[in-house]
Amino acid sequence: MSEQYRIIGKRIGGLDEKDKVLGNVIFAEDYTLPGMLHARVFRSTRASALIKRLDLTRAKALDGVVCVLSAEDVPNNESVKNVVGQTTEVGLLEATNQVLARDRVRFYGEAIALVAAENLDIAEEALELIEIEYEDLPAIFDPLEARKPGAPKIHGDNNIISAWKIRKGDIEKGFAQADVIVEKSYRTPRQEHAHIEPESGVSWIDDMGVVNIRYAAQVIEHYRDVAAVLGLPDSRVRVIGTIIGGGFGGKEDITVEIFLGLLAWKSGRPVKLTYTREEMGFARHKRPPYYLHYKTGATKDGKLTAMEAKLVSDAGAYVYLSPWILIYSTVHATGPYFIPNVKVDANSVLTNNIMTSAFRGFGGMEVAFAYESQMDELARKLTMDPLEFRKKNFLKKGDETANFQTITSEALLPEAASKALAALGGKGKGSKHKKVGRGFACSWQSYGRMTYLHDTSNAWVNLEMDGSSVVRSGIPDLGGGQRESLRAIVAEILGLKLDEVHVISTDSQVTPPAGTVTATRALYMSGNAARLAAENVRKIILDQASAMVGVAPEKLKLKSKQVYLAENQAGPENQAKKLSLVEVIKSCAAQGKIPQSLATFKAPFTEPITTDLIRDPVFADFTFGAQAAEVEVDTETGEVKLLKYSTAYDIGQAINLNRVEGQMEGGAAQGIGFGLMEDYIEEEGIPLTWNLHEYLVPTSKDLPDIETVVLESRSGKGPFGAKGIGEPAITAAAPAVINAIRDAIGVRIYHVPATAERIFRALKGKREK
Amino acid sequence: MDVICAGKRSITLKINGRERSLEVRPNEILLNMLRERFNLMGSKYGCGIGECGACTVLLNGRAVLSCQILAISVAGQEITTIEGISRGASHSSHAGTAPAGTLHPAGTLHPAGTLHPLQAAFIEEGAVQCGFCTPGMIISAKALLDKNPDPNNEQIKEAIRGNMCRCTGYTNIISAVKSAAKRMLKE
Repeated sequence: MSEQYRIIGKRIGGLDEKDKVLGNVIFAEDYTLPGMLHARVFRSTRASALIKRLDLTRAKALDGVVCVLSAEDVPNNESVKNVVGQTTEVGLLEATNQVLARDRVRFYGEAIALVAAENLDIAEEALELIEIEYEDLPAIFDPLEARKPGAPKIHGDNNIISAWKIRKGDIEKGFAQADVIVEKSYRTPRQEHAHIEPESGVSWIDDMGVVNIRYAAQVIEHYRDVAAVLGLPDSRVRVIGTIIGGGFGGKEDITVEIFLGLLAWKSGRPVKLTYTREEMGFARHKRPPYYLHYKTGATKDGKLTAMEAKLVSDAGAYVYLSPWILIYSTVHATGPYFIPNVKVDANSVLTNNIMTSAFRGFGGMEVAFAYESQMDELARKLTMDPLEFRKKNFLKKGDETANFQTITSEALLPEAASKALAALGGKGKGSKHKKVGRGFACSWQSYGRMTYLHDTSNAWVNLEMDGSSVVRSGIPDLGGGQRESLRAIVAEILGLKLDEVHVISTDSQVTPPAGTVTATRALYMSGNAARLAAENVRKIILDQASAMVGVAPEKLKLKSKQVYLAENQAGPENQAKKLSLVEVIKSCAAQGKIPQSLATFKAPFTEPITTDLIRDPVFADFTFGAQAAEVEVDTETGEVKLLKYSTAYDIGQAINLNRVEGQMEGGAAQGIGFGLMEDYIEEEGIPLTWNLHEYLVPTSKDLPDIETVVLESRSGKGPFGAKGIGEPAITAAAPAVINAIRDAIGVRIYHVPATAERIFRALKGKREK
Repeated sequence: MDVICAGKRSITLKINGRERSLEVRPNEILLNMLRERFNLMGSKYGCGIGECGACTVLLNGRAVLSCQILAISVAGQEITTIEGISRGASHSSHAGTAPAGTLHPAGTLHPAGTLHPLQAAFIEEGAVQCGFCTPGMIISAKALLDKNPDPNNEQIKEAIRGNMCRCTGYTNIISAVKSAAKRMLKE
């Protein structure tokens, strides 16, 4: 693997890992400034109500309280107006978000007021002194009911905030050709990101009057949102991103940054705001829950003929990214299969529940649970081996998807599925009440943003006078090694050692805009931008060396701070025929040719979608793979023990093998949690799972060793043929586990997570039949 | 302010091998004391109720949750944080790359005597991603290895069950603890 590269594809350890094991990293919450205030947010305890009276007098009067703000103190009290992805079909959006609720609250936990005080104890005491009176309004919590005409309206006069559909072929003809049809309904839950680091940041006004916000940000471009709320030019707000203690989409939407900007602006003092774990639990967005209805048909020799899917997602009380997530679900709804006749109808609906938005997997994993459950049941009906059945239908390079997008990279699905299954090894036996079963699932997930968003990323690369290099890129480091990947790419291209390259990232006024660390786009976009910039710098050096020695630049090579004049770089006879890089740089400098480059990488552009019918390419490319599980189910209690687990993906080309495997293992773990145990519960809009003893995520005791199989087709659109892996790694986990449970006990779970209680009830239902 | 500050008590305790005396409020949490009074920022707030393990420190060699302990209650005792387990490590040693499986052999990229073997193993085995749970995780692993120098997989899982990691899936963390145990047995 990767023999052709010195650095790319190896196991790379960066400087930040060392500081992480030493406890040296200054995370968002670890930062303090002289005279800093501490902030807290006052939040709604009603899901749907009018605010009849809000009295801040007593809170303001408390000794040590410096600043108390409500909606009337906010210059522009609207945030997150970005609703790209909204179709014109369902009317223009009226679900404008409020920074602080003014007259009405629409979900439990909505922010109403902000307090900043000399210390946290005082800020908390001040929250207790805020007086509020509500008048309850009708509320609706079920998205299926909320679609109906008579339902209480959350905003405007239509709760359906997004609608997408796909039409391919003739669905009725397709089902008529089918020998077997499986038709079932599925449900997926809200999921909490549960990153271990809470949302946090510090803000201050600098000596140029710029509002600085240093916080755990997946999207540093939110400086624009803060500027809009404060009524300042964009250039007066600066976001300095931190090393992030986990995000998974949880730090993608607006969290603390606008509150921090407001409080620093109004108080003139530095301010720190860190959400409590409970606040993360009940006030910050979740993965949207889905209702999915699937009908899939196949011929008796195992060819898929038709698939119809109806999807409804719960957007919660405000529009964040649920319309985008719904596009992902719609496009990915078929799974990685060629199906000649397809019909998909999808809605996202407002309710008085907590708002939903980005979470790793972003619409792709909810449908994966349904389509892979369907594939498993179809194979059973056909009495075919589930892998052989899938092999007859896998998408491959050159095939067209249901939205008429041609797959232009390799899709190593047969290899991934076979290797994932093989990695499980010998099968366990089980006992009378402990049944052992195996299952697997395949999936696809796009990497890179939707192409109609015209995504770009910039990177700046130079060579210093001593031959070392500096890279500047706005991309935040989410813990996935985003900075290290840029370092590796530039070191590889400029022939340097890793520690001769320094990466400066994630500062909106220092680093060239590189876009978000979301949508599995960081390596694809910023990696390509860094590659382009490094290649430009190499060209400057080789052109200069060429002029210095009169040899064509294509005959020159750059390695180990030397420009070699011969093909055989290592030969001792050629040692004399080389120029030192430093010599060349000095020569460049003498002539004013600075070895530096600012490069822009542009993703393929497509026209914006203008109707709710998706019939054109939406994504640049996809990552394909499979996951496999062996479970033991206790038929007396319904408890599931995961015995073995494997995950196999074609990631195109590993840049840092440690980080690829890390993404694959961590994605699997989070997907297993989604499939087996993570259940975010709300009752009548009141969240009940606020902290980590109520909302259970996998611990070391819940997971087996996860085997990873890394395939490299080198066919991706990223640097060196890489594909993205962050989100694809999560998508196939839940159906793999659910298919294994089906194999073990003969009962299928249609509503994840498959808790012991759900399995027990399903087993009881089967016995009673 | 006066109310909150009332009833301060003087305590003396050992933190990372050094004797310290200070006045603490009766309601002062050990985690906050370490972070705010001694700038020991490696121990983290993750949940505040003892569920996530990010605040784990050693109390007389035993792994405890510092967000659940009052500072006043550890008077006269010995606390070790992540900052106290390395052997004089600094920013000066640089990381790099090596062929698969041989990353950072101890004594080359990280000069011998800087990182604790657990810290070195966490880097080598790819057990660190975002790094937020890492200090607490390493402290729990150290408490295990100090008691049981040659643990099996199940014993490692048991020792870190209270330390949540949302990035890794634990596989590489368990490998790192095993690898560190091997190295420490040889030393």
